[in-house]
Amino acid sequence: MSISNETIKASLIEKFGEQLTDWQEPYGMLTFTAPKDMNLKVLQFLFDDEILRFRFLTDLQAVHYPNNTGAELAVVYHLHNLQDNIRIRLKVFTDIQQPDVFSATALYQSANFMERETYDFYGVNFTGHPNLIRILNVDEMDYFPMRKEFPLEDQTRVDKDDEMFGR
Amino acid sequence: MTDTSHILLPEGSIEKQTTTLNLGPTHPATHGVFQNILEMDGERILKATSTVGYIHRAFEKIAERRPLYQITPLTDRLNYCSSPLNNMGWHLTCEKLLGVKIPKRVDYLRIIIMELARISDHLICNSIVGVDSGAYTGFLYVMQFRELIYEIYEEVCGSRLTTNIGRIGGFERNFTNTAFEKLEKFLDPKKGYPAQLKEFENLFNRNRIFMDRTIGCGAIAADRALNYGFTGPNLRAAGVDYDVRVHTPYSSYEEFDFTIPVGKTGDCYDRFLVRNEEMWQSLSIINQAYKKVKEFKGAEAEVFHADSPAYYLPEKKDVYTKMEALIYHFKIVMGETEMPVGEVYSSIEAGNGELGFYLISDGGRTPYRLHFRRPCFIYYQAYPELIKGGMLSDAIITMSSLNLIAGELDA
Repeated sequence: MSISNETIKASLIEKFGEQLTDWQEPYGMLTFTAPKDMNLKVLQFLFDDEILRFRFLTDLQAVHYPNNTGAELAVVYHLHNLQDNIRIRLKVFTDIQQPDVFSATALYQSANFMERETYDFYGVNFTGHPNLIRILNVDEMDYFPMRKEFPLEDQTRVDKDDEMFGR
Repeated sequence: MTDTSHILLPEGSIEKQTTTLNLGPTHPATHGVFQNILEMDGERILKATSTVGYIHRAFEKIAERRPLYQITPLTDRLNYCSSPLNNMGWHLTCEKLLGVKIPKRVDYLRIIIMELARISDHLICNSIVGVDSGAYTGFLYVMQFRELIYEIYEEVCGSRLTTNIGRIGGFERNFTNTAFEKLEKFLDPKKGYPAQLKEFENLFNRNRIFMDRTIGCGAIAADRALNYGFTGPNLRAAGVDYDVRVHTPYSSYEEFDFTIPVGKTGDCYDRFLVRNEEMWQSLSIINQAYKKVKEFKGAEAEVFHADSPAYYLPEKKDVYTKMEALIYHFKIVMGETEMPVGEVYSSIEAGNGELGFYLISDGGRTPYRLHFRRPCFIYYQAYPELIKGGMLSDAIITMSSLNLIAGELDA
């Protein structure tokens, strides 16, 4: 039996009620937001439900919205139901001062590297992750480079002196 | 037990029963920059710790300051064995966001290029599995056809490895006659790639030594593979028939007739066979697409891009002679084209699996956020589990049969 965005939305609302907000369908993909302490409950429900069966984590990443005070970081999950071939997108917003989000590694092994990457670039602290260390950047780095307060290098900077290539 | 009391060893060293071995980061057998710290008991691997990130180039950060057409060269450098696939995936993402409608002929031309890229990706992977198991000959057999594929790219876009092929809305120029001639030479059943691939299969498929080396080596069960986020040939070798081309068809793949090969055990041998069979399927898709391209007559046979002046970079001769073309050329090159607000996830079946692009636009001239779902990065986490308990030489074959590409892994 094939499922549609409406049936997914209906069963999620039946289970979680008003707690899930911001329902959208950009380019056909059902998108919604969960409170940050609920992300695992929602993921677990989507995984276990016999009809929904969202058991494949396609992608996990973060987005930084500096002007969104109190909820600056968004963690975005792309889930895929392979049997019915339907995708959904779940967002969880968190405060940048205390960016703690529950880790999905117990549910999906694939979340391990993806959460490490998200931590590496955005500093999202995944509670319960077995090995939350930097993955692509050097271990000594003390900031989170994909946040919007770090612009790319200014092409007109003068403090860098390179005799061979000039600046 | 031999008496070791007369050997003077530093204190504490006798307690350690295992050897720590560094495999990589620059080891010729890893075909890329990966480090694995192995805990070895003799030849057996007890534990592996992977370190990645040696060639991280901050593509996602760079992309936040670039207009869409300047991001295409970044995608080249993800999986550099099949850059046209990455380029096409990126163009399709942009076209989805911008709502550009692509003519059928462009779809078919794209499919020809994408399947050629898939063949060039798989032939490298499979022949390298051969090299790592001690059979160098197959590698040399197929290499001349990779050269021919690169010559076809060269005819279409001017470059070979990092192709930067196509544009948003189509191709930069129509395929030349030479390109089609080379394609025919490639497809020729007697002297072209099919004959060579047959010979390659004769060398390997039922070769006792090769089978003994690869069967049961680096195996993974289907449910573990899914949980680890495997996609592409590696997932199909474990027995799951997930292929983006069939599940979410793009570029008119739904009009083509092809089958998805699946394996059973998910070991190196199955991965090898799945990739080989995919090359046959790709050849059949190219033949079908080429036939469809030849059916276009008259003005339709000249179509190589969408009619979307706001996003498609105009031809140079139009820029010099036409006012509108000049304006759009200036706007596109200077990155002054504004995008619609939206967020889009689009994926294609790349050489290694589902290559996804998650693009958020806030209505500006550059992406607000761009994330690449790199299949390599996601399935590489299974590598320690795949090699645990095996021999060191099996770890090398497992690595090459997973087709790990450092560029894709590290973004």
